[in-house]
Amino acid sequence: MTSIVSPPTNEAPDSDEETASEGEFYTWTGKARRWMLKTLPPQKLLPQTQPSYVASWIYVFGMGAIASLAVIIVSGIILSLNGPSWWHISSLGHFVNSTHLWSVEFFFLFMVVHLWGKFWMASWRGGRLLTWITGVVSFAVSIAAAFTGYLLQTNFESEWVSFEAKDALNAAGIGAWFNVANVGQMFMWHITLLPIAVAAIVALHVLLVRVHGVVSPIDAAKTDTQLRDATFPDHHDTDLTGKTI
Amino acid sequence: MHALLASVTGDVPTIYLGWGAFTIQLGNFIVIAVMVVLFVLALVLPFPAGRKRK
Amino acid sequence: MSKKISPMSWRKGNGIAGRSWKGTNREYDLFKELTVGVVVVSLLVVAASAIFSSPDDHSVTLKSWATSQPGDFVVTANAELGGTSDTAGYGPPYNSTSGSTQTIGALDLQSLAGVKIPIDTSKDFVIDPLKTLPNPPAAIATWTAASSDEQAAWTLAYGKALDKAKNNNPSNVATGNYGPVPALTNSLLTMAKQGSLDSVLQSGGSFYNFNYTRSVLFLGDGAYLNNLASTLHLGGDQWGMMNETGNYPGQSWLWLFSAFYQVEPFKSLPNADLVVLMIVVALTVLLMLVPLIPGLRSLPKIIPIHRLIWRNYYKRR
Repeated sequence: MTSIVSPPTNEAPDSDEETASEGEFYTWTGKARRWMLKTLPPQKLLPQTQPSYVASWIYVFGMGAIASLAVIIVSGIILSLNGPSWWHISSLGHFVNSTHLWSVEFFFLFMVVHLWGKFWMASWRGGRLLTWITGVVSFAVSIAAAFTGYLLQTNFESEWVSFEAKDALNAAGIGAWFNVANVGQMFMWHITLLPIAVAAIVALHVLLVRVHGVVSPIDAAKTDTQLRDATFPDHHDTDLTGKTI
Repeated sequence: MHALLASVTGDVPTIYLGWGAFTIQLGNFIVIAVMVVLFVLALVLPFPAGRKRK
Repeated sequence: MSKKISPMSWRKGNGIAGRSWKGTNREYDLFKELTVGVVVVSLLVVAASAIFSSPDDHSVTLKSWATSQPGDFVVTANAELGGTSDTAGYGPPYNSTSGSTQTIGALDLQSLAGVKIPIDTSKDFVIDPLKTLPNPPAAIATWTAASSDEQAAWTLAYGKALDKAKNNNPSNVATGNYGPVPALTNSLLTMAKQGSLDSVLQSGGSFYNFNYTRSVLFLGDGAYLNNLASTLHLGGDQWGMMNETGNYPGQSWLWLFSAFYQVEPFKSLPNADLVVLMIVVALTVLLMLVPLIPGLRSLPKIIPIHRLIWRNYYKRR
């Protein structure tokens, strides 16, 4: 049932109108939008700056993992276009399969170094517990996704992996439902369910980083130069001697 | 380099490093070594100073 | 009066970590960094693929097994008939052999699932496939008419005889009372060598079948598959979970999971899979909850690697 709402009487943009009077949020959609804009305004989601302490090569590994994930997905899509037997019979197919395997190796390589860095920086501080948890969950779900991939090689390794892996799953009581020897089922988990799960958790993880910002250094104090001297929130830079550029 | 290439493409028997129960296959060893090296390099290599703005 | 929150805690608190940064900033281009990242990783991946490629060890079949190791095939077929193979004695989800499940005390998760994938090895792996032959062996009738005691006695005797025979070769078996068993296993061997057993066992009578459970279980019951895996260092106690064939990198992220299977007491436990799985799950949950654990979450402060990461910040304080 729709209720008749009279059109706005002036030409002012929506955002001014919405933030001006709280009573304007009467729909689920409107309330959701208000919450989203409050939690993650566009400047926070897509900033042009980072705090000055974000200045170490350790910070590139998270991005490296995401870049690798992008390559995994693209190579996976190309494999999907041609089906699971393609790589056995086509040299181009075999090459694309190789890119899928190597991008997975790089994905875990960058992800784990990222984890090491984040641990030694104690990145859970300041209310970032969920960021940490979603990170570990991404790791676990990625391992599951990679595992199902090995089952789809349709070669000796798939035979052996399914034969071995059934034992742990049967011991846990779920082997009959999640049947590693059922290639049809494993296929759907690997190309649909698990990629969606990985993408969703990684997206949540990244959004949480944007919401909370990159964690400040351990023992940062209000008296530190970088906090005392700040006048503008944007375009402010200092060289290594502390002089403003 | 050619030996490394051949060892990965399977012309050469698989290489395992280690003692007793703790053997590690060459490919895995290299990946783990690269991870450690990259981690250490990331900690010690200087990071370029911020971009100057007009 | 507020409780003092540890600076290493995850809680928002009143500290600088919990508030949005009001200090100096540096320019940072998110999309540019992402683009550079994707380009660099793509180049690395393409280079690695072009130089190293990826392994593709051809799958084995019941046919390749029967052809290269007929002795092992017959030994296994006999065990399937007699219900003494690993699959026959596995318990849930394939059958209900008592005492076969992996338990920790009273915890028996394996039994909880019940027999959801019922497999009667003598019927499903031997008798039914043989019945699909254009001229099924007469031995089938002899077998099905016999009592289970007789059947057990025949297969037990034949198994022992095969063990003693030169090269496990069925032709070298000493004469004895094996009933219809040698005829059945020999017929199955011929069927396997011809390749029809692969399709009959795999299809299970349907046109489409993506479920390879029976084929994998039958293959795994023999020494053939297991020996091939051992040669490639893919066995559980050879760090197999981590390894890839050849010198290709495998799954190094499974190092800890794999490690337990290499050491006692886990290595020889009958319920090793359940025990190791529970430990690994517990450790993963522990990793998730590190920020809540005092001591563990203070490690970064005790071993100050962060001093290297943020050295410019600390220098300019």
